[in-house]
Amino acid sequence: MNPYNYLYLSALLFTIGAVGVVVRRNAIVVFMCVELMLNAANLTLVTFSRINGTLDGQVMAFFTMVVAACEVVVGLAIIVAIYRSRRSASVDDASLLKR
Amino acid sequence: MLTIQTPEAVMFWFLAPLSVVAALGMLLVKKAVHSALLLAWVMITLAIFYIAQDALFLGIVQIVVYTGAVMMLFLFILMLVGVDASDSLTETIRGLRPIAITAALGFGGLLVSLIGRATLGHDAYGLTSANSEGNVQGLAKLLFSTYVWPFEVVSALLITAALGAMVLAHHQRTTERPTQREQAIARFRGASLGSAAGLPNPGVYARHNAVDVPALLPDGSAAPNSISATLKARGDMLDSAQFELGEVDNTVQEEK
Repeated sequence: MNPYNYLYLSALLFTIGAVGVVVRRNAIVVFMCVELMLNAANLTLVTFSRINGTLDGQVMAFFTMVVAACEVVVGLAIIVAIYRSRRSASVDDASLLKR
Repeated sequence: MLTIQTPEAVMFWFLAPLSVVAALGMLLVKKAVHSALLLAWVMITLAIFYIAQDALFLGIVQIVVYTGAVMMLFLFILMLVGVDASDSLTETIRGLRPIAITAALGFGGLLVSLIGRATLGHDAYGLTSANSEGNVQGLAKLLFSTYVWPFEVVSALLITAALGAMVLAHHQRTTERPTQREQAIARFRGASLGSAAGLPNPGVYARHNAVDVPALLPDGSAAPNSISATLKARGDMLDSAQFELGEVDNTVQEEK
């Protein structure tokens, strides 16, 4: 086995997350799929850090984790705010700009 | 030059399919809570992969931050928002699902074939020399020298995110809070006088006394408004029939 297998795995996980963002309607599940995509990118960074023999990739993965934590906090606050005004966590219901 | 030992290969071929199956399950299960649990499992397998790839610090941080803090936050919001129609898997935009699956197959195929054909021009080095002083020490050295500016920017981002979440979660009343008198008037001028004295309590039975059993109306049927609508929507409502007493034993034993 060579370390490139981790890259294949992360490509698969990223694709699955992308499908989830498009297909699912519950805003929280959509958000979890975004998290899955971020995690897949992190696995790529860690694998390349190992392949290249430097720790820079791990530092970048660390920064990704911090940004993901910020994103979760703000995103969930937005979901709660939308839920308060529209009584629904469905991404299809937040379509006020369309009309 | 990096050689991967057999235990790591066994671990990879055992956990990688499991994580892909869990990620697929996350798309396919109906309840959002089950999606959250499957995502937690994917994140734990990723933490194991990080540790196996000599990224000890990131593996531990992955467990603490993701499966600990982030998933806890997700579950908390899921409990707050509750279940509604958005959990259903029916298609709202016609033809979306086949298009999405085709696009995903194309994208995934593109990524996989790219990784398969790309070469770095050198063999994998491995992290034994970079981790010679310890993984955490190596990361700290980089973080506070080369990456010290991004590190400061990230701290500003964290503060901004915390403030933003506070602003978004802050609830401002647009109408005056109704007084007790106004609430009483609204109750009596409502569509029916049935709830003027308040909604009925949930059932009180000899063998069960909880909010998930409806009270009985005089004709023996369950009073629908005696339990919370949330419990009803979740399907957590119990049937009161199982608590009925059937044959009542009237023989009283005298105590001496």
